[in-house]
Amino acid sequence: MKLWIEKQRYLIDFTLASLARRKARNIGLLLVYTLLVFMLASVTLYTHALRQEAARVLVASPEVVVQRMVAGRHDLIPPGYMEKIGRIRGVQTRTARLWGYYYDAVTKANYTFMVPAEDAPAKGEIVVGPALERSRGLAANNGISFRSYSGKLHTFIVAAVLPQATELVSADLVLMSEESFRAFFDYPVGHYTDIALTVANPQEVKNVALKLSAALPDARPILRDEVLRTYAAIFDWREGIVLALFSAAILAFGILAWEKASGLSAEEKREIGILKAIGWETGDVIKMKFWEGMLISLTAFLVGFVAAYVHVFHFAASMFEPVLKGWAVLYPHFQLTPHIDGVQVATLFFFTVFPYAAAVLVPIWKAAITDPDSVMRG
Amino acid sequence: MIELSGIRKAFNQGRDNEYWALDGIDLRIAANQVTALRGPSGSGKTTLLTIVGCLSRPTEGRVRLKGGDISGLPERFLTEIRRQRFGFIFQQFNLIKGLTALDNIILPGYPTGRPRHELLARAEELLVGLKLGHRRDAKVEWLSGGEQQRVAICRALINDPELVIADEPTANLDSHLAGEFMGILESLAGQGRTILLTSHDPLVVESNVVQNVVDMRDGKLIQHR
Amino acid sequence: MLFQPAIIALLLASTLCVLALVGSAPFAVDVIRRWDIRSGSERQLQLERRTYLFSTLLTLVLVLQLAAVLLFVFNAEKMSGMFVGAMCAVGTLNVNAFGFPALNGKIAVFFLAAMWLAINHVDSRARDYPLVRIKYGLLLALAPLLAGSAWAELQYFLDLKADVITSCCGSLFSEGSPTIAAEASALPPIPAMWLFYGSLGAAVVLAAVHGLGGGRQRWSGYLLALASGVAFVATIAGILAFVSLYIYEHPHHHCPFCILKPEYNYQGYWLYVPLFGATAAGLAAGAVQPFARIASLREVIPEFSRRMAAIAANGFFLTAAIASFMIWQSRLILLE
Ligand SMILES: Nc1ncnc2c1ncn2[C@@H]1O[C@H](COP(=O)(O)OP(=O)(O)O)[C@@H](O)[C@H]1O
Ligand SMILES: [Mg+2]
Repeated sequence: MKLWIEKQRYLIDFTLASLARRKARNIGLLLVYTLLVFMLASVTLYTHALRQEAARVLVASPEVVVQRMVAGRHDLIPPGYMEKIGRIRGVQTRTARLWGYYYDAVTKANYTFMVPAEDAPAKGEIVVGPALERSRGLAANNGISFRSYSGKLHTFIVAAVLPQATELVSADLVLMSEESFRAFFDYPVGHYTDIALTVANPQEVKNVALKLSAALPDARPILRDEVLRTYAAIFDWREGIVLALFSAAILAFGILAWEKASGLSAEEKREIGILKAIGWETGDVIKMKFWEGMLISLTAFLVGFVAAYVHVFHFAASMFEPVLKGWAVLYPHFQLTPHIDGVQVATLFFFTVFPYAAAVLVPIWKAAITDPDSVMRG
Repeated sequence: MIELSGIRKAFNQGRDNEYWALDGIDLRIAANQVTALRGPSGSGKTTLLTIVGCLSRPTEGRVRLKGGDISGLPERFLTEIRRQRFGFIFQQFNLIKGLTALDNIILPGYPTGRPRHELLARAEELLVGLKLGHRRDAKVEWLSGGEQQRVAICRALINDPELVIADEPTANLDSHLAGEFMGILESLAGQGRTILLTSHDPLVVESNVVQNVVDMRDGKLIQHR
Repeated sequence: MLFQPAIIALLLASTLCVLALVGSAPFAVDVIRRWDIRSGSERQLQLERRTYLFSTLLTLVLVLQLAAVLLFVFNAEKMSGMFVGAMCAVGTLNVNAFGFPALNGKIAVFFLAAMWLAINHVDSRARDYPLVRIKYGLLLALAPLLAGSAWAELQYFLDLKADVITSCCGSLFSEGSPTIAAEASALPPIPAMWLFYGSLGAAVVLAAVHGLGGGRQRWSGYLLALASGVAFVATIAGILAFVSLYIYEHPHHHCPFCILKPEYNYQGYWLYVPLFGATAAGLAAGAVQPFARIASLREVIPEFSRRMAAIAANGFFLTAAIASFMIWQSRLILLE
């Protein structure tokens, strides 16, 4: 065992020296390799961060949201509707919610106006999310006017700005009191947007939903877990599509690696011949080449991954944003929370290192079986 | 030490350009002696060396090393034998550029897994023995021809071989350096090593360091002195 | 569900393995037909050199399979959120009938590749390469198995349909989806404990007997391989039935995969690494026994199989010791 370790150390030593001697030749491959890892890792880290963000949003949301459907379209909850739900076993709380979208012509952006269940701002005051803070240059105690859909101008005082923590959720949020909300949107008294139910036992959620649709045929219960699953699937799917698109790049990279590995320079061929003549075995040469591949792979992987990490979490994935961030799902400009996931690193490894290994295997073998007597002939 | 019987070696066997480089060689190489193969270019000297040195296998015939038949061995085992028992000095020196003299010398020791400090100490000893101690950290491409050959000799000796094989060792040296080489050869022979070399340089084959001369032509032996 | 990164990665790995083996099959056939160790011809030399390629290929397959087993389980774990009722990897694997066969196939290919490499190892130590034909015959036999396991995996993924809302906020909850057995079925703890400690103990004893006999008794080699296989299955059953309960400190959480998760400090690796290593070594010791009488292998095989027995004995002992330690550390009281 000690002998084996000693041997591997020699081989690594030799490989390092030989890589250093052929910098120019290896640097190109290393660059391409790193770039590939960088791109793939950016995609993966980015989508994963989005998924996390979405999950975080949804964790805070209620287990079941009930909407009312009229002619297959989402409609307001009329007065007395909540009472009709009655008591369903397993439901902890029922809350009627008020929220809506507002298009701000000044910033050309959509905001979510909402009445929070607790700690609603006083009348005439609002709490805004960081996106608004940025786009309209708002700070606490500033005043701001919005023209409502009925044409009237409403002025509010900004009481506070929401923290950045989960920007994806709160970025475009505007919180206000029920009175202000109803006044702003001319929302009919007693009507609500939807109803939120909290259910303590996750096993019960499905039953609750079943009972709901039995009691109120025009109700549409939306389950949080279902939304979560859908998001996860959508994100995974997108990531998968992008990776599949990148498969062309992976293939090209594999071909490049194959070519690099088989197009040994005369110098390198001579070296392998010398090594074999002076007593290196074919297996030793294969191992040496294997370590060479390992060193290149690990370097590329590490550098590419770190670069992708910086790109995604410090530069907000500026290169991929347009591709990955769908308009319907997310809002522009927000900071992602750094997160690394083992499965993703492993997946990335499968996408980069294994194709490389497979591509160079045969060329390495071909190089390693050089005739040991080749150096004796001219 | 080594017995060859009925050795034949073909290149490009079974193709149009099939060529028998060796055609029925019977030869005994005596232990602890210096043997030289002499013959015109293309007579098969180098080919014979590669067979004796386990660099290649004969197409036909038997090779015995100390009585054991090694002619049919797979490359893996030939390599093992070669590594443990033979040291090679090539005509072109065949040092690896970019590595220092010391690193070149210890290369044959890598596959043995011998501890590095041991290898380095041995390499140092050999270098000093050939008056090259001061050049140990020089890259080999900066060395002169004579120095390069001495590094190559050190490399051949790092695993302490019984048999040293040299192909045209003086072909790339001037008379003065060739003379020096013969001196080194003499001291190696003095250490009791068996030496097999090829040459058509009279300085080598006619020197009295060489005990046996074997003449070759067209892949056959002519006479045996 | 094919467009999931980890799934693409796994399919890619399987494709690589299958291609490697299928692609090398003609060459293997060539080796079997033309091999003549006594010949000094150039063709024989080429065939000999080809053997290096095959052992490198098989090593790659081995590594890929091992990595794929891990990724497969992790991915199942991660996807469990997408299936109603699936709490962890077991649930995801139970989504359709191909989940567990695919996993078992991977594990089987891993062990078979390990056995092949063991035979390859002893063969390449003998000066006349006596097992070349057998080796390449086995390689050809391994190819369909590998393809079968890849096929099961593909079927599993093709059949995997997440319970998702199809249009943005359009659907109802996943009514039609079948309920998934979220838990693996497990033995009752007491018999499982007997089986667990009994089989591990037997494997350790047999490995010790074989090892102390210098690896020379062939019967103990065969028995060791058998005991290793049994111990592997029994250990997994034991982990399911009671070890995992102690780790989770929960009387009903039977799962062989969750113990690999960070929530449980990756404790599973401490169990599985020695278990897989020991099983592979024990099987390897058995795999070489049929050839122990061949003249050139008389010395090589006992030496090799003695070393494998040592690894197996230590590995199985370690597995049992670590499991016992985990049980001892646990606050769960399963047995009075
Ligand atoms: N690899 C090879 N392929 C084809 N012919 C070869 C090869 N190596 C040597 N030969 C031929 O074998 C003959 C003997 O070569 P060699 O042993 O190098 O002779 P010497 O060393 O005596 O000059 C030469 O005619 C040479 O062309
Ligand atoms: Mg010559």
